Amino acid sequence: MRIEMQRRASTPPIIEFLAPVAALVAAVLIGGGLLTLIGKSPAQAFSVYFLEPFTDAWSLQELVVKAAPLVLIATGLSFCYRANLWNIGAEGQFVMGGLVGGTIAVVTQGMEPVLGGYWILPTMLLAGVIAGVAYAMIPAFLRAKLGASEILTSLMLVYIAEITLDYFVRGKLRDPKGFNFPQSVPFDDIARLPFLMDGERLHAGVLFGLMAVILAAYIFRRTLFGFDVKLVGSAPKAARFAGFSDARLTFAVFAISGGAAGLAGVCEVAGQIGQLQPVISPGYGFSAIIVAFLGRLQPWGILVGGLVLALTIIGGENAQIAMKVPLDMTRVFQGTLLMCVLAMDVFTRYRFRLVLWRHV
Amino acid sequence: MSLSETKATEGRKPLIAMRGITKRFGDFLANDGIDLDIHAGEAHALLGENGAGKSTLVKILYGLLESSAGSIALDGQAVSFASPEAARAAGIGMVFQHFSLFDNLTVAENIALVLPDSEGMEGIAARIDTLTRRYGLQLDPKRDVWTLSAGERQRIEIARCLLQNPKLIILDEPTSVLTPQEAETLFATLEILRLEGRAILYISHKLEEVRRLCERATVLRAGKVVATCQPREESVRSLAALMVGTHLVDVRAKPNDMLGPDRLTLNHLSMPAQDMHGVALKDVTLSVRGGEVFGIAGIAGNGQDELFASLSGEQLARQGVAVQIDGISVGREGINLRRQYGAAFVPEERNGHAAAPDFSLSDNIILSRHALGDVTRGWTLDQANAKALMRDIVEKFDVRMSGADPAARTLSGGNLQKFLVGREVSRAPSVLVLNQPTWGVDAAASADIRQRLINLARQGAAVLVISQDLDELFEIADRIAVIHHGHVSAPLITRETTREEIGLLMGGADATQESLAHAH
Repeated sequence: MRIEMQRRASTPPIIEFLAPVAALVAAVLIGGGLLTLIGKSPAQAFSVYFLEPFTDAWSLQELVVKAAPLVLIATGLSFCYRANLWNIGAEGQFVMGGLVGGTIAVVTQGMEPVLGGYWILPTMLLAGVIAGVAYAMIPAFLRAKLGASEILTSLMLVYIAEITLDYFVRGKLRDPKGFNFPQSVPFDDIARLPFLMDGERLHAGVLFGLMAVILAAYIFRRTLFGFDVKLVGSAPKAARFAGFSDARLTFAVFAISGGAAGLAGVCEVAGQIGQLQPVISPGYGFSAIIVAFLGRLQPWGILVGGLVLALTIIGGENAQIAMKVPLDMTRVFQGTLLMCVLAMDVFTRYRFRLVLWRHV
Repeated sequence: MSLSETKATEGRKPLIAMRGITKRFGDFLANDGIDLDIHAGEAHALLGENGAGKSTLVKILYGLLESSAGSIALDGQAVSFASPEAARAAGIGMVFQHFSLFDNLTVAENIALVLPDSEGMEGIAARIDTLTRRYGLQLDPKRDVWTLSAGERQRIEIARCLLQNPKLIILDEPTSVLTPQEAETLFATLEILRLEGRAILYISHKLEEVRRLCERATVLRAGKVVATCQPREESVRSLAALMVGTHLVDVRAKPNDMLGPDRLTLNHLSMPAQDMHGVALKDVTLSVRGGEVFGIAGIAGNGQDELFASLSGEQLARQGVAVQIDGISVGREGINLRRQYGAAFVPEERNGHAAAPDFSLSDNIILSRHALGDVTRGWTLDQANAKALMRDIVEKFDVRMSGADPAARTLSGGNLQKFLVGREVSRAPSVLVLNQPTWGVDAAASADIRQRLINLARQGAAVLVISQDLDELFEIADRIAVIHHGHVSAPLITRETTREEIGLLMGGADATQESLAHAH
C-alpha cells in the first residue's frame, strides 16, 4: 500500500482560506495531547490560552501590543518569502534596530532642555530602521554577490546581534547609577512612544503594524515592484525575461524586511520597555516567521496571524501562572503550529490517494 | 542505403517486435503504424528530429503510454505493458534523459529503493561492486548523490536498470548531459552489455555517436518509419538526409524588392559557455534585413539557447557593438532597453520563461511590456489597460481559453503560444526574435503563427526564427543559416538551397563552411 500525491490543477479559494484554520485546529489538538501527557487538563488549558485573554481590557490591549511587532516584522518578511528568499534573521535585525535607536535615547538622556526634544523620537525611529536595513544588507550582499545561503548567514547574524546588545548593555550603555544591573538608564518621556489612550498599554507603535499591512497590500496589488517580487518567487526565469535584476531585488526585499524588523525593535524599547536590557525580544523575529506563513504571506492574513500568535504568547504567560505549564510549552505549541501550517500547504497543493500495492 | 538486415541478426527471431504501433493525441498522430524489430545482442538506434515520435514510441514500449493501435511481441509472445513495473518485470529497462534520484541519499540507498525490501545494505554494496568490476560502472556506494556529476548519476540509473537483469535497455539521449569523457565511459559499458547478449535501443540525434555504436538504425520522421539502415554503411550526410527528409516543399514566392536595410546585426559575437553543459558562441556574424524572415537551423544543444539569450539581452555581450538593433549598439544593454529600441522576443520555453504559469494572462502582458509605458503609470501598474490589451490579443490571435483572465498554465500549448506570439507581434516590433516558435504546437496553430511572422516581416520588420524544424524554416524563411557547436554558418538563400545541404551543415559535416564561419 502506498500514498500517491497528485498536484491539483488549481486550488479552490475556499481551501486556500480554510487551510490555516485547519492547521490551527490540528495544532490545538496536538497541543492538547501534549498537555495531557504532562498531566494538565487540556480543557482548562484551552480556556486559559484562548478564551481568558478576551475577558478583560488589559489582556486585549496586551494582545494588540504583542501582535503589532509580529505583524510589522512578518509583513516585511513576506516580501522576502514571496521572492523565494529566506531571511531567518529578523530577530537580529529587530535587536539591532532596538540597540541603535535605544542608544540615541540613552545619549540624549537629560539633554532635552539644551537640545530641544521633538526630534529625538523621530531620529530614534529612523535610526532603528536604518540599523535594521544595514544589518539585513549583510546576508543580502553575501547572497547576491557570493551566492552564500541567506538562510544560514541571516540566522547566524541573530546571535551576533544578541551578543552585541548584551555587550553594550553590560558595558558602555549601562546605567552608572543602576547598582550594576545590566540595563541602561530609563529613557526620557520625550524619547518614548506616546500612549494612544491615557494610562493604558496601547502605545503609538502599534499603528506601524497596521500601516505596514496597508502599505504592503497596496504594493503587492498595484505596483511594478510588487509584481517583480511575486514574479521572481513564482517564475525566476520569466522574471529575468521581464528584465528584473535578481541582485537588485535581493537587496530591496532584504532592506524592507530588515527595516520593518528594525522599526519593530526600536518601537519595542521606546514603547514597551523604556530602556535597553540584555534581552529585548521574546523571540518576535522568529515568531514572525510563523505569522508570515499562518497569514499565507498575504498582508491581511498576516494581520490575523499576528493576533493569533500574540494570543498564544499571552495565553502561555497566563497558563504559566494559572496552571504551572512551563513557558517552553508555548514555544512547542508555536513550532507545532508552523509545522501544521506547512503541512496544510502540501494538502492544498496536492490531492492524496491511497493506492493498494500492485504486484507485477 | 541498405534496407537489408545485418548478417548477425538475419534469420533470427527478434527479441522485440513492434507492429503497426499507432498513437494519437487528439487529432495529432504522434506514431503512425510503426514497425520496429530489435534483436538480442544488437545496439539499435532510433533516429529522428525532435517531434518525430521517438519518445512516444519508447514510452509505449516501456508501459508509460498505451498505444491506440498495434502490437508488441517479446520473444514471440504478445505482450502489453500496463505500467513501467510490468515492462521491467518482463525484462525491459530504461535510462531516462532526466534522472529520478534522491539527492540527499547515498548511491547505495538510491539503488536499494528499486530493489525488494529483503535486500540488506551490505548485499547491495557487494552487488554494486560486482557491477563496477563487470561493466566499468565506477560507483562509490557511500557517496551522497548530490556530490556526483551527471555522468555518475547516469551510472546509478544504469546500475538500477542492470540489477533487474534486463534483456533490453532503452537509453534516451544518454549523452546529452555528459561531457565527452563521460560519454566514452558510457560507450565502453554499452559495448560490454551488448556482448553479453542484451539488446540496446539507443535514442539519439547525434549521428557520429550512432554510427560508432549501432549496427542498425530505424529512422522516424513525422511519426512514420522512413528507413531502416546500417549506420556504419551510411555517412553523416546520408543519415541527416534521412532524418530531415529529402523532398522539397513548395516555397511561397516572396517579393524580394521589399527588403529594407539591416535591422538586426550580430558582429563577431562570442560568448563563453555559461556552465558545464552550455555551448560557447564562436564569432557569430549575421544580419537580418527589414522585410525578411531569417532562419537559424540546427540540432538542439548547439548554442540556440545561448544565441537567443545574447539576442534578448538576458546574457550580455562583451562589446556593445556585438549586437545592433537598427544600427544602435545594444550588446551591453539589458532586455528592456532592447525592447524600447523596438525589439521583441519569444523564448522557447512557454511556461516559466516566456510566461509565468501561475500569473493571469493580463499579468503576463505586464511581464514583457512594463518597460514600454503602456501598462504602467510611473511605478504603479495600469491593470485596466493590461486587461484591454489582453482581450485584444485574445480576439485578434484567436486564443481559446476558459474564463475572462485565466492563469497562463491553464491554456493549451498552442493557445498559449498564440497568445505569447500575439503579445509581441501586436506591438508591431521592428525586430522579432523567436526560439522554436511552434515546438509542441498543433498543426493549425503552427500554421497561424507562421503566417503572422511572414505578415510582420512584410510590414518591414526583421524576423529571426531559431528552429529545429526544417519544414518550418523552408516554409517561412527567406534565408537560412545553420548553428553547429556555437558556430553560425554563412546564410543560404532558401530558394537556392536544399534540405540535404542544410542537413549536412546541421551535422557539422562540412568543414569548409565551418572554417568559413570561423574566418569571418
